[in-house]
Amino acid sequence: MKRRVNRARTSKQRVLVTPEGITLPVTVAGRGARVGALILDLLIIVMLIIGTSIALMQIAGGAAQIAQAVDGKGAGAQALQFLIVVWIVAMFLFRNAYFLYFELGPRGATPGKRMTGIRIAARDGGRLTAEMVIARNLLRDIEMFLPIPLIAMAGPDNGMAWLAAAGWLAIFLLFPLFNRDALRAGDVIAGSWVLERPKQKLEAAMTTSEAPVAERFQFRFEDHELAVYGEFELQALERVLREDRTDAVETVYQTIAEKIGRNDGWGAERRFLSDYYTQLRARLEAGMRMGRRKADKHSGG
Amino acid sequence: MNAISNAAIESAALRSDRFRLEREADWQRLENIVVRMEKGRLRGISDEDLLALPGLYRTVASSLSIARETSLDAATLGYLESLVQRAWFVVYGPRSSLWEWLRGFLGGGWSRAVRGIGFEIGIALLVMVAGAVVGWLLVSHDPEWYFALMGREMAGERVPGASAEALRGTIFGNTEKTGMSIFAAQLFSNNAQVSILAFALGFALGIPSLLLLVHNLAGLGAMGWVYWKAGLLLDFAGWISIHGTTELFAILLSGAAGLHVGRAIAFPGNRPVLTATAEAGRRAAVVMVGVVLMLVVAALLEGFARQLVDQTPARLAVGGFMLLAWSAYFFAYRGRAGR
Repeated sequence: MKRRVNRARTSKQRVLVTPEGITLPVTVAGRGARVGALILDLLIIVMLIIGTSIALMQIAGGAAQIAQAVDGKGAGAQALQFLIVVWIVAMFLFRNAYFLYFELGPRGATPGKRMTGIRIAARDGGRLTAEMVIARNLLRDIEMFLPIPLIAMAGPDNGMAWLAAAGWLAIFLLFPLFNRDALRAGDVIAGSWVLERPKQKLEAAMTTSEAPVAERFQFRFEDHELAVYGEFELQALERVLREDRTDAVETVYQTIAEKIGRNDGWGAERRFLSDYYTQLRARLEAGMRMGRRKADKHSGG
Repeated sequence: MNAISNAAIESAALRSDRFRLEREADWQRLENIVVRMEKGRLRGISDEDLLALPGLYRTVASSLSIARETSLDAATLGYLESLVQRAWFVVYGPRSSLWEWLRGFLGGGWSRAVRGIGFEIGIALLVMVAGAVVGWLLVSHDPEWYFALMGREMAGERVPGASAEALRGTIFGNTEKTGMSIFAAQLFSNNAQVSILAFALGFALGIPSLLLLVHNLAGLGAMGWVYWKAGLLLDFAGWISIHGTTELFAILLSGAAGLHVGRAIAFPGNRPVLTATAEAGRRAAVVMVGVVLMLVVAALLEGFARQLVDQTPARLAVGGFMLLAWSAYFFAYRGRAGR
C-alpha cells in the first residue's frame, strides 16, 4: 500500500514502529550535529576535569605538598592521600561515566546533544535500556582515544604507529560516514541510534468558524470543480493559507481559478481559497472514509 | 465517485477538525508533561500527571492512527507525529531508577549474562592458559624474551637471574608501606581501562581481544618462570592469587565479552547481522559493568590485602575463596525466578 505519498521524505527520514504498532517518521541526526555535540561534551569534560583538579588542589593547600604526602605519615598525609584517591576516581568517572550518566537520564542526551537538539533511541522502536547505553559508551573511549596512547607508546617518530593510528581513525572515527543511519561502532553494538528531537507546535484548526452553517461559505464549488485536485495540492494550499502571504495567495488563487474556470473571487482571494480548501478537504476526507484516496491531481478518483 | 452534496459538506466538512478539537485537550496535556520532562524538571510534575502519562501516550498514538486515516490536515498530522515521537522517547526512555536496574543486575542479571557468554569464556580461558604457557616457555628458552614481554621499567627487580632474596623482597614485607589507597585507585583505573579496551576490541571480530589476553598472560607466565627459577613459585602464586583470581577472572570476562561481540559480527547465524550484534553487545555490556565492579574489588585486594596479609597460605586462602565465591555466584546462583 502506498501511503502518504504526498509528504516529502528526505534522505534522513526513517520509519520506526513503536511497540503499539504505530509507524512514526523519525529523522536521523545529522553528522554535523553529532560532531558538534561531541565537541561540546568534550569541552565540558575538560572543564570539569580542570575544575575538579583545581578545587582538589586548593583543598590540599597547593600541589607542592602532594609530593611529600605519598611518603609521609600522619593525619595530614592521610588526608592528602585521600584527596589523591578522590582525584583518580573522579578522572575515571569523568572519562567513562559522563556520557553514561546523562544518557541514562529521562532525556537520553548529554548536555552537548541537548544543545544540538538530538538524542539517542532504540533502533527497534522498543525501550532504550540501560544495557544499550552502557554498550554504546564503552566503545566510545576506544573509538576516540585509543590512537593517542598508541602513538605515545611507540614514540612520535614511529611511522608505523602513525599509520596504525590513521587506520584506526579511518575505521572507527569515520565509521558513521559509511552507513546510512550514521551509526557509530558503539551504536552498532548497542542497537541504538541518534535521532533529531522533533519540535512542532499545534497550529490552529483550519476550518473552525463561528458562522452559522448557512453562511459558512461565501463561495461554493461544484463537485467537478473540486475533483481536479488531490491530497498533495490540498496540503500545498494549506501551507499557503497558513503562511498567508498576499502575493502567494494571489498567485495560487489565479492558478486555481484558471484551472476550474471561475473568476468570481476578485477582491476576496483569501476567502475564495479557504472556502475551496474546506470543501476540497471535505470531499477528499469523505473519499478517505470510503477507502478512496486521491494522491494528487494526476491520479484518478 | 458520486457528488457530495452541499448539505453533506456542511455536516461533514469539519468532521476531521471536530475530531481534533474534541481531543486537543489531551494532546496539550501530554505535550505539557513531555516538555517538562524534556527540560528535566521532573519534580514539577504531579504524581497524577506521571501516572496518566502512559495512558495519554496511547490515547494520542491512537489519535494519530485515526487522523492518518481520516484527516488531511498536514499541520495537525505533523504535530501529532512529533508529539507521539517525543512521548515515545519519554515513555520508552531509559528507566529513571538506576537503583532498580542495579538490583536486577546483582540479583541475577549479571550472572545470567555471564552464563550467556559461557562458550566464549571457555575459549578465552584456553587462550589465557596458552598465553601463560607460551610466556613461560619463551623465557625458559631465552631469558631476553622476558624484557620483550614485560618492558624494562615494569620489571624492576624482578628480572631473570635475580637472587632469591631480591625476589622474596618483592613479594613479602611490604606491610609498612604507605600510599596503599593511591596504589589501589591507580590499579583500578588502569585495569578497568584495559578491560574496557579488551571488550571494545571485540568489534574487530574479537581477534585483538584475544591478542590482548595472550600478551597479558604471557607476561604473567614469564614472571612465573623467574620465580620458579628462584624456587619461589608457590609464594609467587600466593602473591598473585590474592587479587589475581578476581582480577584475572575479570580480564577473562572482558576478553570473553569482546569475543562474544566479535563472534556475533562474524557468525550472526539466521539473524540480521545488526540484530545479532546488538543482542550480543547488550549482553556483553552487562558483563562489562560487572567486570568494572570486580576490578574495584581486585584493586582493594591488591592495594590493601596483599600488603597486609604477608603469608603465602593465607594469601592462597583469600585468593581461593574469591575464586570460589565468583564461580558460585556466576554459575550456581540463578537469581530470582522469572526474569
